[in-house]
Amino acid sequence: DGEGARAVPLAGHVGFDSMPDQLVNKSVNHGFCFNILCVGETGLGKSTLMDTLFNTKFEGEPTQHNQPGVTLKSNTYELQESNVRLKLTVVNTVGFGDQINKEDSYKSIVEFIDAQFEAYLQEELKIKRTLHSYHDTRIHACLYFIAPTGHSLKSLDLVTMKKLDSKVNIIPIIAKSDAISKSELAKFKIKITSELVSNGVQIYQFPTDDESVAEINSTMNSHLPFAVVGSTEEVKIGNKMVKARQYPWGTVQVENENHCDFVKLREMLIRVNMEDLREQTHTRHYELYRRCKLEEMGFKDTDPDSKPFSLQETYEAKRNEFMGELQKKEEEMRQMFVQRVKEKEAELKEAEKELHEKFDRLKKLHQDEKKKVEEKKKSLDDELNMFKQKKTAAELLQNQAQQAGGSTTLKRDKERKK
Amino acid sequence: MLQSSATICSHSPVQSYGHWWKVSALFIFGPQLQKNLEGYVGFANLPNQVYRKSVKRGFEFTLMVVGESGLGKSTLINSLFLTDLYSPEYPGPSHRIKKTVQVEQSKVLVKEGGVQLLLTIVDTPGFGDAVDNSNCWQPVIDYIDSKFEDYLNAESRVNRRQMPDSRVQCCLYFIAPSGHGLKPLDIEFMKRLHEKVNIIPLIAKADTMTPEECQQFKRQIMKEIQEHKIKIYEFPETDDEEEMKMIRKIKDRLPLAVVGSNTIIEVNGKRVRGRQYPWGVAEVENGEHCDFTILRNMLIRTHMQDLKDVTNNVHYENYRSRKLAAVTYNGVDNNKNKGQLTKSPLAQMEEERREHVSKMKKMEQEMEQVFEMKVKEKLQKLRDSEAELQRRHEQMKKNLEAQHRELEEKRRQHEEEKANWEAQQRILEQQKLDASRTLEKNKKKKIF
Repeated sequence: DGEGARAVPLAGHVGFDSMPDQLVNKSVNHGFCFNILCVGETGLGKSTLMDTLFNTKFEGEPTQHNQPGVTLKSNTYELQESNVRLKLTVVNTVGFGDQINKEDSYKSIVEFIDAQFEAYLQEELKIKRTLHSYHDTRIHACLYFIAPTGHSLKSLDLVTMKKLDSKVNIIPIIAKSDAISKSELAKFKIKITSELVSNGVQIYQFPTDDESVAEINSTMNSHLPFAVVGSTEEVKIGNKMVKARQYPWGTVQVENENHCDFVKLREMLIRVNMEDLREQTHTRHYELYRRCKLEEMGFKDTDPDSKPFSLQETYEAKRNEFMGELQKKEEEMRQMFVQRVKEKEAELKEAEKELHEKFDRLKKLHQDEKKKVEEKKKSLDDELNMFKQKKTAAELLQNQAQQAGGSTTLKRDKERKK
Repeated sequence: MLQSSATICSHSPVQSYGHWWKVSALFIFGPQLQKNLEGYVGFANLPNQVYRKSVKRGFEFTLMVVGESGLGKSTLINSLFLTDLYSPEYPGPSHRIKKTVQVEQSKVLVKEGGVQLLLTIVDTPGFGDAVDNSNCWQPVIDYIDSKFEDYLNAESRVNRRQMPDSRVQCCLYFIAPSGHGLKPLDIEFMKRLHEKVNIIPLIAKADTMTPEECQQFKRQIMKEIQEHKIKIYEFPETDDEEEMKMIRKIKDRLPLAVVGSNTIIEVNGKRVRGRQYPWGVAEVENGEHCDFTILRNMLIRTHMQDLKDVTNNVHYENYRSRKLAAVTYNGVDNNKNKGQLTKSPLAQMEEERREHVSKMKKMEQEMEQVFEMKVKEKLQKLRDSEAELQRRHEQMKKNLEAQHRELEEKRRQHEEEKANWEAQQRILEQQKLDASRTLEKNKKKKIF
């Protein structure tokens, strides 16, 4: 970061040490936002814990166990403390762990987290974008609620956490830990931690690179998973009203560090590392999502030795490839039509030819018939002529005979008369 | 206390993107509510967390200085940052004789109060010094654009690491203290750069003018700036009354008239930076002598972050959207697509693909229709032709049959006639025979 820069001494107070304050003032004016996802089976006290953490009553009725699948319910609240405005979004997994077949339980959660990344990516890729005023819905912290069985993690827990650990900061907590005794709790924590390690689940580590918080963070890391108890009801202890759960055998005080790790959770999640959780989400989890998405779409950076990456070239190359594809498809379709037309034309020509052949044959038949008739006619005419001739000859003879016979008859008649 | 009533809507915040995204779960989003806290939660500590992290990260700032040589630019920088940024080993721009306008950068690392600042000063030696200064602003524009380009490329990589920000966040433009008004070069430069960088115009060597002359000069300059619609850097509005009062005071004194000095002089027992004249000392940090303190406070102590934010949110975004729009709509009429700039180039491509698919479908349908129609036509013609030929054939057959019948009839008649005639002839013959026999008989009789 200070490549080629030389350090120079200052001869007085310049005043840029106000930069952190300038930055902080801007952030405060702009307001902050933080999004928590609570994953855990129904009845583990997720809503109660949120209420306790943020000292307020958040949402409505507790859920029933009869959900057909896992739904994610998100609520956003505007909170203010001194001059700091916080837009807090709490997302609850409703129906998690209630189904008989839990194979797909993690899917809705993964899809939800990815959907928030995708929305941000879309905004980031827009030509005219307003990242500055964008309401960031990406999940900054995932509180994973472990059932206080005292034995080990359930397979659903391992499967789910494994699917989520590269997408979100996971903070595992043991819910309703007032059901576990102190000795059992220690063993339980060790078992959980070793199972997470042996299954390669990466949970969120409080950062130890900044000296001011390194010590407290590393101590807290060793207390994970936090065993918490939540309660919005108050009980009088001494002369103070404290948040607690009252049992016949004693009262569990939420904010008593001997009783549970609630205070540790609040300290780590809100007071010390909230900004780091946001930063990790943006620079690690989101970048991973973005990288995978872009690679899926076929984008890649050129090798370091060749020309440096140019956005314009990549877009143009993609676009040309894409246009080429489209043109090819268009051409193929045209060709197909040309082919069909040719085939059909040939068919029709063939049919035409057949038709003409048929009628040529018929015509020929006609000609033959006609000829026959003509011949017949001719022979008849010949006969008629012959007959006529015969008739004429015979009549002639008859006339002659008659004339002769007539005169004979006349003579006879004359003689008779005499 | 507001009751939260989550409205159930299967609403996904994600655009459908073809095969890239499928929403299969039901997401329920409730309305945003104000909540009152009953007790200290602790997120009021967030600003401290931000503070801590920013100190750890360190800060960077890029400042450009533009103006003719001899206006005291290097001296002012040294005075601003109380350091020998320009020294004999690293001479300032005036000492570097250039034939053409160069753009050069010097990086220094300074630390104060635990806060580290990587300061980049960008010089433009040769600016305005030639006889013909046409286009002397071009190298400056190119430099600023190239830094935007670098950032855009870094931001657009698939593998992104920490993106070093070398974009120019502020440009101090030095106006020569002529006392008259802006020079054409000043106007030209500012008009070309006011939408690329935050311009803070300064009157250099303010100790050559009396306060009245300075006032007049300032008014004239601001008038010309307004006339030419030049957008110089504007202080952001705040809700804080105190701050707004201060900002209004500063606005009245624009452009700031500054004096710089590398020498420390003793005045009334105090060691101050100033310029020694026979008639007195012009003190750099004396508010009655010049506006240096105002500049320093504003540039470094109060508005450095805002200068960076405006560069990032306004100037850079303008560059980026223009660049991406050009890439996306290469060859397409830009005016048509102005309204669609809220889409990312990838969404644009996806939409083009969908449009093309529907266009192809339509084309296919049309072609199919034309094809069917032509085939129908041809078939019809064929059928008509067949019918016609059939008809003619029938006609001919009928004719022939008629002829045949006629012939038969004629023959029959003839045969009948012939038979009759022959019968007649036979009768006649018989009669003749009878008659001749009778005659013979009579003759015989007569003889007796």
